[in-house]
Amino acid sequence: MDDLIGQPLDRIDGRVKVTGRAVYAYEHDVPNAAYAVMVVSSIANGRIASMDTRAAEQAQGVLLVITHQNSLKVPGAQNQSKTSPPGHAVQALQDDVVYYANQPIGVVVAETFADAIAGAQLVQVTYAPQPPQMDLESRLADAYAPDKAGGGGDPAASHRGDVQAGMAEAKKSIDYVYRTPFEVHNPMEPHATIAVWNAPDRLTIYDATQGVFSDRGRVASVFGLPPENVRVISPYLGGGFGSKGPVWSHVILAAMAAKQAKRPVKLAVTRPQMFGMLGCRSETRQAIAMGAKSDGAITALRDDTVSHTSMFGEFVEAASLPARMLYQSPNNSTSQRLVRSNIGQPSYMRAPGEASGTYGLEAAMDEMAYALKMDPVEFRLKNYAETDPEENKPWSSKSLRECYLQGAKHFGWSKRPLEPRSMQDGNALIGWGMATSVYPTRRSVSNASARLNVDGTFSVDAGTQDLGTGTYTIMTQVAAEAFGVDAKQVRFRLGDTILPQTPVSGGSQTAASTGSAVHLASQALREKLIQMAIRDARSPLSGLGAQDVILNKGRLYARSNPARGETFRELILRSGQPHVEAKAEAKPGAEKDHYSMYAFGAQFAEARVDADLGQIKVSRMVGCFGAGRILNAKTARSQFLGGMIWGISMALYEYAAVDKRLGRWVNNNLAEYHVPVNADIGKIEAIWVDEKDDHVNPIGAKGIGEIGITGAAAAIANAVFHATGKRVRDLPITLDKVML
Amino acid sequence: MKPFSYFCPATVDEAIQGYGEAQETRFIGGGTNLLDLMKMGVERPAHLIDIGRLPLMKISPHGDGVRIGALISNTDAANHELIRTRYPVLTEAILAGASPQLRNMATMGGNLLQRTRCYYFYDPSYQECNKRTPGSGCAAIDGYNRIHAVLGQSPQCIAVHPSDMCVALTALDAVVQVKGPHGERSINMTEFHRLPGDTPQVETNLQSGELITAIDLPSIPYGKQSHYLKIRDRHSYAFALVSVAVVLDADEDGTMRHVRIALGGVAHKPWRATKAEKALTGEKADKKTLRAAAEEELADAHGYEHNSFKIELAKRAIVRAVTTVVGGQQNG
Repeated sequence: MDDLIGQPLDRIDGRVKVTGRAVYAYEHDVPNAAYAVMVVSSIANGRIASMDTRAAEQAQGVLLVITHQNSLKVPGAQNQSKTSPPGHAVQALQDDVVYYANQPIGVVVAETFADAIAGAQLVQVTYAPQPPQMDLESRLADAYAPDKAGGGGDPAASHRGDVQAGMAEAKKSIDYVYRTPFEVHNPMEPHATIAVWNAPDRLTIYDATQGVFSDRGRVASVFGLPPENVRVISPYLGGGFGSKGPVWSHVILAAMAAKQAKRPVKLAVTRPQMFGMLGCRSETRQAIAMGAKSDGAITALRDDTVSHTSMFGEFVEAASLPARMLYQSPNNSTSQRLVRSNIGQPSYMRAPGEASGTYGLEAAMDEMAYALKMDPVEFRLKNYAETDPEENKPWSSKSLRECYLQGAKHFGWSKRPLEPRSMQDGNALIGWGMATSVYPTRRSVSNASARLNVDGTFSVDAGTQDLGTGTYTIMTQVAAEAFGVDAKQVRFRLGDTILPQTPVSGGSQTAASTGSAVHLASQALREKLIQMAIRDARSPLSGLGAQDVILNKGRLYARSNPARGETFRELILRSGQPHVEAKAEAKPGAEKDHYSMYAFGAQFAEARVDADLGQIKVSRMVGCFGAGRILNAKTARSQFLGGMIWGISMALYEYAAVDKRLGRWVNNNLAEYHVPVNADIGKIEAIWVDEKDDHVNPIGAKGIGEIGITGAAAAIANAVFHATGKRVRDLPITLDKVML
Repeated sequence: MKPFSYFCPATVDEAIQGYGEAQETRFIGGGTNLLDLMKMGVERPAHLIDIGRLPLMKISPHGDGVRIGALISNTDAANHELIRTRYPVLTEAILAGASPQLRNMATMGGNLLQRTRCYYFYDPSYQECNKRTPGSGCAAIDGYNRIHAVLGQSPQCIAVHPSDMCVALTALDAVVQVKGPHGERSINMTEFHRLPGDTPQVETNLQSGELITAIDLPSIPYGKQSHYLKIRDRHSYAFALVSVAVVLDADEDGTMRHVRIALGGVAHKPWRATKAEKALTGEKADKKTLRAAAEEELADAHGYEHNSFKIELAKRAIVRAVTTVVGGQQNG
């Protein structure tokens, strides 16, 4: 059983999901529940002049219509400085100000969902509108520098060496602006919350959340409750991608509505409403300049990124971060600035910073390689950073060179002609492009408990979340390996604040944080059980040293004599205890001070572009990653592929279309907001290099939720250039941008 | 969604009688579009007449052509032997649209009445839409209009008809059979949909209470020499930016005796490209002739901030689609 970790174990939760028995947030059966539907603003800036709720209040089944005029006042919701993070400032009907389109401005509570929808359509709103501010380019002069950038709290700007001198030293240089659009997470499962007040000061929330504990903490603070009075339950998620990390307005509104209606309340965000109040990936403007010597050595690199934040909070789409550390550029400068716009709060979206940033940087690297007439892989190897050039620290591990070489080999890169527009098949121009992937490895304090039950099975608990990515499965594997039992003998529970405290599932940190806690708790229980056996005169293992006991195939037995041993059931029955438990906390240590920790990868893409009609298809893609220990080959592969496919989306399809006059995103449904469908995906492969990292965390996993999308869009954009000879510098690359 | 009454008649006459004079009545077939619009609050019918059980579910030879019952599903029509063998361009067009799940539900009659996907029409929280609220204005003209019309639009409306099926039917000169309070009549496909003019809210020439009962396809001996080219932002489940249905009869030396071309994604109705057809009839399909014909067809085209690319794209699409058919990569 030693090798259970890493095995492509089928998802533990697969069967309940495909048979429809997995209960998602909105589906929990809560007696006497009423249904809430939000009314949202149709303007992006201004004030509510009036809200006429009479027709709605008289409509069939409607129990209550809440607006800013009759809302429960929750002072905690007003706790906003303009630099507070996503989800901190919520729009909970506390005043008449409209900051963005689709902002909640009312809640209709009714006996049925249909009644609530119908009632919401009857609320008449008049506004005192102001012109919305949503354009980036025309307001660059208004941009300001934030204090920090990125999930790791990095400085908003960085400088090393002398960029001007480096540029002067360059033989070739480039200087371009790269743009990425607004994107909206759109998990398949819309956000939903059920709020149940069990007592005036006790609240249970069934929520689609990536962080049951952060959810609990925020809700408790808004309603002035001790955190332990709030229980958050979230056993399954239909995707999140970061949008279910922060606590958005609808969660507060559900609890508020339940309080005011004196009924449990179910509230689901509708698909069109998801475009605004639940975070987004900000549009970015990345101005990148680079110089290199004729041998390909980069002499200078500058990346100045501007993105949006909301009028009431702050989030930096830290696209300049990869430019700080990815290449050995001696003269380097980066900056992040923000403009305030009439949009919902931009927030974390799968690989925040790196997804957008690796597009700009890696497209620029491609342009530089062409300027130098160098192979793009060779150019990157020439500037390979053996240590972190910004932090001056060694990498905890780095397999990027192997990723380049293995990925290139797998893809057949060596056959690539250097010249663009040199491969054609009928009407299709064919191009090959590549790019580097990178995502930081982080972890947070996490707890877990492990228990041997009286029937000889194991229970392992941690409050964490499974976004649909495999948390149930990998945690079960980590625990089962420690106990030497089949995965079926372990029951792992998650998604509940009555379980041990864990961090939010974001920043690719669940495997590293909670995986480590589960590992430590399981190891602690294992030690406890061994001690129980060897110290018990009635055990066949009595008197052995702990190191002489093997746990395998559901038994504890002597290393020297496998016949000498007993089952877990025999051990616990004899003890007379109902169960044996061990707990553990795993927290970041000094590793961050000594090492720079990242997962890396290399992506290779083939694009076929119709020479006349501009239609593009990614016919082939290979991603090769070095991401520490892979806990489950099957769920890992799915994670990598999912990221890469989202990269295809970012490159070719996805954008929230802006009507700047109205300050609204107009394509607010899944028919018009395009993400790839099966027909868009060609042959796609994710491979990885074996990477052992003893520094990052106790289980050596780097986290793989996000790295797959990084670099993917650039690899495709670079392939489109190689196919057509036309460089498009604003995503997505739709057919009109290449055909004309 | 507004509460509504529901009636499920057994005969066409019952359905027509049930419709009566009520302004707020809608026939519902597959419901793939109407239910969406009801959820959005664009359609707010007080009465629904479910025509799903009417005996309009046959595809059969009709004279030299074929008659398709109005309630045949898009899937069944596309895969029917009479359609696949005689009118493969219709099969291609239907299968290029929507998703298998939607095509299984959507009916032939209902597809004729698909409504535009103009963002500003589809969401009643936009105040301006002459199609939804006559006289309120058009938000698309100065808004985000990438998917909008370049041919035949008016200052009142620049929406496009979203159907793929209708583009093929237009090229095939299909005839729509309807029955209403005043009896039966036939409407040629090219006359079925309307350009927006000053009344974009009136999308077809159906009279109030008229029910589509069948679609007739005339005999076209060269029907196999055809192609439906759909150009869109992703490879499935996306509406056409531009589409072209071509059916033609070419000599062995490439001279085109008959040419039928219809365009989708460019106008408020499926756009029969009569100018291009005329320019190409009797000509050989060389690139220069094709390009000239396409130029002529699009000569009056007018684009907006985000959709001007459609004009050039439509020209290239015409050239490509005809070239594909003449080049022998056609259906059949």
